[in-house]
Amino acid sequence: MAVGKITFTKTEREKLAEVLWLLNWISVVTGAILFGLGLFLKIEIQKWQEVMSEQGILYVPHMLITTGLAACGINYLGSKICLDCADTNKFLRWKLVMMPYIVCTFFFTACVLAGALMCYSIRSQLEEALYLGLRNTMRFYKDTDTPGRCYLKKTLDLLQIQFQCCGNTDFRDWFQIQWISSRYLDMTNSAVVDRVRSNVEGKYLMDSVPFSCCSTLSSRPCIQHNLSNPGAHAHYDEQSQQLNLWRRGCQQALLDHYTGIMQSIGLTVLLIWLFELLVLTGVRYLQTAMENVIRLGDPDSESEGWILENSLAETACYNFSIIKSLGKCYQADDDPNINVPTAAAGQEVPSAQVTS
Amino acid sequence: MPFLSLKFNLQKRVKLAQGLWMLYWLAVIVGIILFSLGIFFKVELRKRSEIMDNNESHLVPNLLILVGLLSCGLNAFGGKLCHDSLDPQKFSRMKPMLRPYMLLCCGFNALLLLLLLLCFLMQFAVYLTLAEGLKNAIRFYKDTDTPGRCFMKRTLDMTQIEFRCCGNNNFRDWFEVQWISSRYLDMSNDVVKDRVLSNVEGKYLMDSVPFSCCNPGSPRPCIQHHLTNNSAHYDYDHRTEELNIWSRGCRQAVFSYYSGIMNSIGTFILNSYFEVAGDVAGLKYLSTALETMADPENPECESEGWLLEKGFKETLADLLSKVKTFGRANQVEEGGASPDVAAT
Repeated sequence: MAVGKITFTKTEREKLAEVLWLLNWISVVTGAILFGLGLFLKIEIQKWQEVMSEQGILYVPHMLITTGLAACGINYLGSKICLDCADTNKFLRWKLVMMPYIVCTFFFTACVLAGALMCYSIRSQLEEALYLGLRNTMRFYKDTDTPGRCYLKKTLDLLQIQFQCCGNTDFRDWFQIQWISSRYLDMTNSAVVDRVRSNVEGKYLMDSVPFSCCSTLSSRPCIQHNLSNPGAHAHYDEQSQQLNLWRRGCQQALLDHYTGIMQSIGLTVLLIWLFELLVLTGVRYLQTAMENVIRLGDPDSESEGWILENSLAETACYNFSIIKSLGKCYQADDDPNINVPTAAAGQEVPSAQVTS
Repeated sequence: MPFLSLKFNLQKRVKLAQGLWMLYWLAVIVGIILFSLGIFFKVELRKRSEIMDNNESHLVPNLLILVGLLSCGLNAFGGKLCHDSLDPQKFSRMKPMLRPYMLLCCGFNALLLLLLLLCFLMQFAVYLTLAEGLKNAIRFYKDTDTPGRCFMKRTLDMTQIEFRCCGNNNFRDWFEVQWISSRYLDMSNDVVKDRVLSNVEGKYLMDSVPFSCCNPGSPRPCIQHHLTNNSAHYDYDHRTEELNIWSRGCRQAVFSYYSGIMNSIGTFILNSYFEVAGDVAGLKYLSTALETMADPENPECESEGWLLEKGFKETLADLLSKVKTFGRANQVEEGGASPDVAAT
């Protein structure tokens, strides 16, 4: 009992071939779009890679780039095949290639789906990478003289300005690290020395934030220092405090930014996957219809096309048995025609006795 | 003796018509680009109209939009002309429209030249408007509670951050204005009171700058206050410190941005001028080649095409005499009328 059986006349077959040729060319374009999306995502991630603790999430754009390139190649081949399929003579050229081509396309389409799902599942890994990365960047903010870390200050300042955020989860994260380098601290000043000594780890901690935390929306000039003591500033009421600095944490800001990008990309890739599935189904129907025409012998007759020749269960059993027999070919055969040396060989007369 | 004449056979005529048709459609795309450039420039001017006192001149972008639309229309019509020119029936219908159309194209080209000139000259106007606007913006920075100026602080902060600049000419412009509003000053503090009283106009002036002047590329945390006082900060010399705050003035920074846009637009207009001129010349060749066919019924015959029917000097002399006779036409009529009156 075939799955999805449809009967095709000669004109219907030719039309199907034409339509599939066009769809394959459109798929080449969508493959290029997939490639472009992967490239875009890679660039976006690399822009802020310094504030991420690991580059593991780069496998998502790499997957998209590879699948995009594969899509272009596979669909270009598909368009060539479909163009030839309208004519039974030309189809004979491709007969042997068709089945492997369809199997390849099936696996490739599964990769596209995997790529789409990866876009949605990356969030938790990204959250962890951002938290650790931002924590380290804030710790190394003051190390503008250490090779490998000189530009972390600039990166973090630009990040806070562009994404309108402050600190990791909150602006108070800046109170817990020393973000002013010791080489700019006047160690002869008793106030400075007291503060350093009063800290267990000898760090100079203050309730201040860098200038990049300042909000441009505030109606008063930015208050960066003595933030825990609102009374130290004139008329520093609740509303002023709310508007003074950026309230959002940079981890949340970056997470929202990347999640938004990945969700849009994921949606586009899902749509591309549906389209590829449609093309694959069409090519399968065309392949089976053309093969049946050749089997019937008359190129003008009607033929049937299907997705699977037998039902799903039978096809699954058949494939399993193929895989099993592949595994068995390295073990001993039960074929009686093969001469297997038995214990009788050991009874052969040694050559020395024969000559004597 | 025709000016720059060329011989055409059927093949050459067809090739010319096809080539011209493509060029005309390319010119339509150029017109669309000019239109979008006009819109882009207009939007950019509007974005920053607050630091230009809302006084900026929109002449150049408005003209660009107009020229873009005109170009699309004229060149689409030209393309249609070229397409119909190879069909003798359609061409004979189009013939009377050719001369006015080519005159229109020449006028359009003159408009393009005018626009090109404006692109380069209006930069002066932009510079002056910016200078005045920024001066006022810095003065009104603190007035976040005055209607009509509440967003000046936000705009100026974002401009300084985006264009990496500080003040009008340089950061010292901030020393001359009170940029902290009096409602955030603690008037009970003696230091504050002294400073206000010591100023002739009662302004609270400091040698400080807002946070938006800070340079993120500086290796040390930003020093905003007491900029000219070396002893107020550890290991700080304001004469040698270059990276702390932006050293460029916003007038220079914003002007070079707009100047860049206007120069690029000017270059593009120059290219489109040459393209339209080429199109008109090609159309003149095609129309004269089709008109001078010895045997209109036989498309295979050869013909001659030219830019001007007579030589360049003769055409100029003709034009001048036409202008003179046009001026004299009224006088001749009066002279003609009086003998009639005398005769009756």
